[in-house]
Amino acid sequence: MTFINYASREINCKIVYYGPGLCGKTTNLQYIFDSTAPQARGKLISLATETDRTLFFDFMPLELGTVRGFKTRFHLYTVPGQVFYDASRKLILKGVDGVVFVADSQEERMDANIESLYNLDENLRAQGYDPEKIPYVLQLNKRDLPNVLPLEEITAELRRNGEPVIEAVASSGPGVFDTLKAVAKQVLTELRKG
Amino acid sequence: MPDTPILLREQQYHQIKAVLARLRMDAAAKVIFLVDKDGQEIAVQGEVGNLDTTSLASLAAGNVAATGGMAQLIGEKEFPTLSHEGQRESIHISVIGRLLLVVVFDDRSSLGLVKLRSKQVSQQLSLMIEEIESADNHDLESPFAGITDADIDSLFN
Repeated sequence: MTFINYASREINCKIVYYGPGLCGKTTNLQYIFDSTAPQARGKLISLATETDRTLFFDFMPLELGTVRGFKTRFHLYTVPGQVFYDASRKLILKGVDGVVFVADSQEERMDANIESLYNLDENLRAQGYDPEKIPYVLQLNKRDLPNVLPLEEITAELRRNGEPVIEAVASSGPGVFDTLKAVAKQVLTELRKG
Repeated sequence: MPDTPILLREQQYHQIKAVLARLRMDAAAKVIFLVDKDGQEIAVQGEVGNLDTTSLASLAAGNVAATGGMAQLIGEKEFPTLSHEGQRESIHISVIGRLLLVVVFDDRSSLGLVKLRSKQVSQQLSLMIEEIESADNHDLESPFAGITDADIDSLFN
């Protein structure tokens, strides 16, 4: 949910990275954190287990700059991908302004992608959102691995409704900022509509 | 339906800050936050110093969301207050509608005093929030109304 403070001239928006376990949601945030100037971002908070699996969420505030005199800040969240953390995923989607679905491009992860996509749809509806209308980007991650599905095939399987599809390798960076830009652009365009 | 966006006018913001400042004095607290349930910081008052207020706001909201989920599993609507007591610093959170009042305090105060004072201002804050939510904001020009694609692109350069 967007929060506009006319006194401090700030706008805050919430973006959630969604997807199956081990698809690279946290890696996306880690890459953004590592590549951004310290004055433009806050801490990367990671509520993870001892084995670095996300337990509740990762969180990072990112200041993009000023638009029409208003500081524009995006709060980036990830959800825990593992199937049994569904209650947590529902909570994190509350108040979301834009969603990035991070798909694992490996052939053997297609079932997990589809299950997670279905779960996203269900949880968005449970929060009162129309999944067709929310700013949304599909990121095809891990494109550097040998066993990935061809672009056309995976796109045909996972694309829902003409949303931007971005190929990425979150561990080394290609596509990470393009994804963020694509979702941020849609969120800001929604704000323009009012 | 999801909550509507919060549009905070300058005067409302200063009114909220004044209430938080008074609460801070009355409760002998270090820092007071008003945060929405989605983790956005609305206002903060007190000895912020190096405290990462944005992260604290997000984690407070996550905390309330998680305990609220537990409450529902045992048949409660929500837990209206939460307290965490540390060796030196403690936190008390009260749920006020869609907002959270977060009080950070140390041994200059006590949990009992913070609870009492938080409860006393809850009603007042609740009325202010209602007013903000029901306000007619048609006169407020959205800062994004005239934004161009080039403006958006420039954020990423």
